[in-house]
Amino acid sequence: MSVRRLWAAIPLALLAPGLAACGIADQGDSPTLTVYAAASLRSTFEQLGEEFEEAHDGVEVALSFAGSSDLVAQVQQGADADVFASADTANMDKLVADDLVGEGPELFAANTMQIAVAPGNPAGITSLADLAGPSVKLVVCAPEVPCGAATIRLEGAAGLDLSPVSEEQSVTDVLNKVVTGEADAGLVYRTDVTVAGDTVEGIDFEESAGVVNDYPIATVAGSDAAGLARQFMDLVLGATGQRVLAEAGFARPRR
Amino acid sequence: MSTRQHTATLPAWAFVPAALGAVFVLLPLVAMLSRVSWGDFWGLVTSESSRAAFALSMRTSVLSTLSCVVMGVPMALVLARTRFPGQGLLRSLVFLPLVLPPVVGGIALLYTFGRRGLLGESLEVLGLQIAFSTAAVVLAQTFVALPFLVISLEGALRTAGERYEVVAATLGARPSRVLFHVTLPLILPALGSGTVLAFARALGEFGATITFAGSLQGVTRTLPLEIYLQRESDPDAAVALSLVLVLVAVLVIGFSRRGRSML
Repeated sequence: MSVRRLWAAIPLALLAPGLAACGIADQGDSPTLTVYAAASLRSTFEQLGEEFEEAHDGVEVALSFAGSSDLVAQVQQGADADVFASADTANMDKLVADDLVGEGPELFAANTMQIAVAPGNPAGITSLADLAGPSVKLVVCAPEVPCGAATIRLEGAAGLDLSPVSEEQSVTDVLNKVVTGEADAGLVYRTDVTVAGDTVEGIDFEESAGVVNDYPIATVAGSDAAGLARQFMDLVLGATGQRVLAEAGFARPRR
Repeated sequence: MSTRQHTATLPAWAFVPAALGAVFVLLPLVAMLSRVSWGDFWGLVTSESSRAAFALSMRTSVLSTLSCVVMGVPMALVLARTRFPGQGLLRSLVFLPLVLPPVVGGIALLYTFGRRGLLGESLEVLGLQIAFSTAAVVLAQTFVALPFLVISLEGALRTAGERYEVVAATLGARPSRVLFHVTLPLILPALGSGTVLAFARALGEFGATITFAGSLQGVTRTLPLEIYLQRESDPDAAVALSLVLVLVAVLVIGFSRRGRSML
């Protein structure tokens, strides 16, 4: 054992009893399918996970939701994921480049942007151009995350120069600032407005058609449950998956 | 105090978990150091966004540490030197931010100083807009750092006792004179370390800031927020900036140790 490995073993040895007690080391009898999905897929994938469990006796679907780039980083660091569904192609490309993709990627949905305003639209926003108004407190995603990258493309396509009061880390943070009334408007995905229900109002704008986010899905290379992973992917791409996604406001994939 | 005296009474087996604990704390730092890409380190930490985040972090942390001292010293004095009904409860509540997850603090601040918060509308009438401003960052940092200062001072005040103060008072010194000439000099070391702790806590503040203040370069995006954001697109930059924060923390600890040994 090299010195480096010995050093690595010390904290593991220290933590092992604690981790075992937490059940992390516990390997049950039933096979588990671990699905890593972009945060915007939470409600739809939770539903699809349940359908998958019902159709596959004894199989447990473990879902993990986070920003796509977070999830990619975790898979790159060796996380035990079987399926990965990304909110943009750029993050999926990172996995492909690292040879970490088994089957796929295939596009399964598309998402466009919408303006989210507080119920009743107190700032009277009706178009994308209204967001550039000097008195409008606009919140967007930071350019470093997928929804922010989409916002930048939108600005470019519309020839606008938006000056947001905050560039948030995630769509959830943007929505939260609108829901609490801190901001007058936020640029988020259409599906996020659907999920938020009555707490915000979505405003369509014509430029949104020009900036579409494609959602790819793939199985992760070296998965212990490659067969199940493929079946889950088929469920998402098939009629059931497409129905659930459409109900949540996703557009059909651009294939 | 010599080290030898301690080893005589300390059982030998205590060194094993102690060493493991030390390794547990130090190993992640070593691991991070091994991941720093030294070639572009300077470029990464001096980029425009990094410099803006560093300057903002320093400015806000100094301001919130000052607010902590201005409010925290009298708070510790009142808690340690007076008796009033409900004091125990108040004391526990004041220390609440110590155990609250900072994101909860952020939500609480939002409903206090936000546009639709408890004080938000009155503040807006006065022309003060806290949301998305640097002031919001200072508020968030002060909220989480204040108890650190109060708790270290209150402990020191109780340990120091009231004997010298009573003597000074019987000799005819007025309360303010007692405070500035007897009490404060007695607890100066604790004031120093408490201030350093508060500064360090303010510098590392993340959860309350991102929940309450937002994130915009040069206005509200402090160093921890910048690190969290850079991690999305440029992990090397995130590691480099993390190291900067570690270096600042080491400097702060070093200063506080030197300061204490001088006193």
